[in-house]
Amino acid sequence: MSSALSTDLACKELVELVTDYLEQTLSLEEQTRFEHHLTMCRACKEYLRQIRSTIDISRKLAEHALPPEVQDELLAVFRRWKTG
Amino acid sequence: MVRDSARLQSAASEDVASLEALGTPGSTRKEDRRLVAAIRAGDEGVFICLVKRHHRAMIRLARAYVPPGAADEVAQEAWIGVLKGLHKFEGRSSLKAWIFRILINCARLRGAREARTVPFSSLDEDPQEPAVAEERFLDAGHPRWPGHWLKSPEPWMDERLISEETLSMVARAMDELPRAQCEVMRLRDVEGWTSAEVCEALEISEANQRVLLHRARSKVRQALEPYVSAGGS
Repeated sequence: MSSALSTDLACKELVELVTDYLEQTLSLEEQTRFEHHLTMCRACKEYLRQIRSTIDISRKLAEHALPPEVQDELLAVFRRWKTG
Repeated sequence: MVRDSARLQSAASEDVASLEALGTPGSTRKEDRRLVAAIRAGDEGVFICLVKRHHRAMIRLARAYVPPGAADEVAQEAWIGVLKGLHKFEGRSSLKAWIFRILINCARLRGAREARTVPFSSLDEDPQEPAVAEERFLDAGHPRWPGHWLKSPEPWMDERLISEETLSMVARAMDELPRAQCEVMRLRDVEGWTSAEVCEALEISEANQRVLLHRARSKVRQALEPYVSAGGS
């Protein structure tokens, strides 16, 4: 259960605004309400942290180098195109 | 979701030209023209440089449409398409967006042939879907805390977050997303593209992109939760 809140933003609404918050597309007023809620609600703060972790982990999926044989194959494609 | 439609409308008036400029600044256009000219002149080094920059991402994106084994072939097909179409590249979009549009076309065609795809639709794939299941919250009629957490998210364990298993769980969760959500999340969060770049490559609006990204991230978080939560199994 959330801790005491003196804000008109419900947790259920906040979770729908997380992406807009991270994308910085909230109006100043919405952003203030969002951040105010976070200072009062540990659960939502944790939720935001989890979304950030999800993004960080996703980024790791890109960390794979191109295998040399793939590069060779594409080079062959290029040479065929050049001569063809 | 009422908020979504309101935001969609307000964002519809955003200045499209300025968004495009954001994705592909003048310096990029100049660089793109240089790359295209070099490749057309037969410069292998420049071509390989481009391959190194984009090929992995192309394979990953193709997986939104076709089985993993076919994704490599689709990416290779796309490069053939890129080379054959190079003389038609006019620099109206960035080279990156142009290459990825060719990739997406190849992947969609291949996907349709393998009857794995449904027609592309972005917003109506799962209407009204909340980021977090309704039952996690107290209902709107609750006397004291309407709409607040009934079951709060438990902190995540760092040691689980960095495991290979978590990584493959994220990959799997992403594979299971509706196609448009999968595309946006791959490009934004895996490849690290800006929203303007994604909009340009996928030819969608900023608002649409944001809604897709929101749904995608919410679902992937949800898929991870039971595994990485301190209180989870």
